[in-house]
Amino acid sequence: MMPASVRTEFLWRGLRITISALLVVFLVAPMLIVVVISFSSAQFLMFPPPSFSLQWYRKLFGDPAWIDSLTASIEIVVPTGILAMVLGTAAALGLARSEIPGKKIITGLLMAPIVVPVIIIAAAIFGAFRIWNLNGSLLGFILAHTVLTVPYVVSTVLASLQMVDERYENAALTLGAPPWAVFRRIVFPLILPGVLSGLLFAMVISFDELVVSLFIGSPTFRPVTVQMWSDVLGDVDPTIAAVGTLLFLFSLLVLLLEALMRHAGMSSPLMGQS
Amino acid sequence: MFNSAAMRPALANRALLVVPALILLFCVFAYPVGSLLLRSLSDPVWGLQNFRAIIEQPVYFNALRNTVGISGSVTLICLLAGYPLAYTIAQASGRMQRLLIFSVLIPFWSSILVRTFAWLVILQHRGLVNRAIVGLGIVDAPITMVHNRIGVLAGMVHILLPFMVLPLYAVMVRINGTYTQAAASLGAPPLKNFFRVYLPLSWPGVVNGTVLVFVMGLGYFITPALLGGPGDTMIAQLIETEVSDLGRWGVAGALAVVLLFGVAVTFALLFRVGNPATRK
Repeated sequence: MMPASVRTEFLWRGLRITISALLVVFLVAPMLIVVVISFSSAQFLMFPPPSFSLQWYRKLFGDPAWIDSLTASIEIVVPTGILAMVLGTAAALGLARSEIPGKKIITGLLMAPIVVPVIIIAAAIFGAFRIWNLNGSLLGFILAHTVLTVPYVVSTVLASLQMVDERYENAALTLGAPPWAVFRRIVFPLILPGVLSGLLFAMVISFDELVVSLFIGSPTFRPVTVQMWSDVLGDVDPTIAAVGTLLFLFSLLVLLLEALMRHAGMSSPLMGQS
Repeated sequence: MFNSAAMRPALANRALLVVPALILLFCVFAYPVGSLLLRSLSDPVWGLQNFRAIIEQPVYFNALRNTVGISGSVTLICLLAGYPLAYTIAQASGRMQRLLIFSVLIPFWSSILVRTFAWLVILQHRGLVNRAIVGLGIVDAPITMVHNRIGVLAGMVHILLPFMVLPLYAVMVRINGTYTQAAASLGAPPLKNFFRVYLPLSWPGVVNGTVLVFVMGLGYFITPALLGGPGDTMIAQLIETEVSDLGRWGVAGALAVVLLFGVAVTFALLFRVGNPATRK
């Protein structure tokens, strides 16, 4: 009786670990393959490549279409990140540190762009921008991407605010500090890791955004993801693997920064006492 | 008393901080989405003609069926595969655990488009998978795996699996191991132990992951468009075609209403299923 059940448990354990190992390969392999192909010397998509070269990176940085779309992406991502950070932080402060009526509804609205399928948002914004003449414009992209990324800033800042003891602010206020000074000197330093996390998330999401960009982009102004999309639909060559590798490096860098910041945030002396 | 009197104006001012974000969200989200949904009833003329078209014309009906079918299969595969993986991560310790979480997060943070492209390469006629299965003698000739259902499922499972594993892991890592040990020492056989003790304890994670993956799957656009064939068209692709190519805003609006309804029903339904287990 006992040995049999031990044996089945051993079998299940082996099966589970095998499945897990295969899944890790399944999850990680595609990105590794993209990175390897980007250094391929072959003229077409071939894995493993016959030998290595930098030709696809040369092609990428020599092709005005890619350069223009990469520039457009940067022009969109930076203002989007800053706007989302400012609006999202302000909104989170307003939600967490006041008694506004309908708090649940307001939070729901601020989070809605994550829940509503992005294809609906894309079609809807495209329709509105047609009337407002914003399709294919930098301003249009910044506004649309800010809507998509504000929820992430709101949630990271709200999470940070939950860890800051409200009594510090109340003490400063009762001692006569003006509200702006309380924010700048007390609240802001404490929630800074959350604010910067939100900024980085917003930038990564904006940089990777495709569906909304596909609708509101124009042939003359389009971010790098839209350029990649038309490339994948047309003749595919390893240039897209080179772009993919660069995007991936950017995300990894941001993820690393975020992890470092969270680490720094944890060791902040006032944190974790509330 | 002095305190609250000094703080009241500050609190009222702070509420105003929400206003800029709300204005932006109203103008560039709520208003556009609202008018898209309204157009289902008003475009080109007021009436239910757009919804009737969705039900009657096979193109739309097939897309609805594909959407539920594909999203459902993806959710099921993610659950069956993600559950043991999440369990392994929850059981692992220290460095191994961090490494496993990192490998789940990597695809999370690389662009959907790039990963879909990777699957095009891996699954193509002379790709890695085909050469492997022909080489191992599993099949005689390469099989077509892109521009059909296999491609869509592989690509979507790859993208959505982390959204199943992370909620499961978050619940499993907090499950106290003494419960299953107690059940085992009282003579519960492993399978019974799992179904009666561990599964109920991890149920909130199952519900969260399932809802998340299914709802995200319903609105998928990029992966079915690149890896699927004509028989795998989903609602999102039809919305895109109706708006960009055909300019039929009424039908697009009606499809958006149906998609949003599906999302809302899933949330309502599965959170109701999930609640009894979380209450215990």
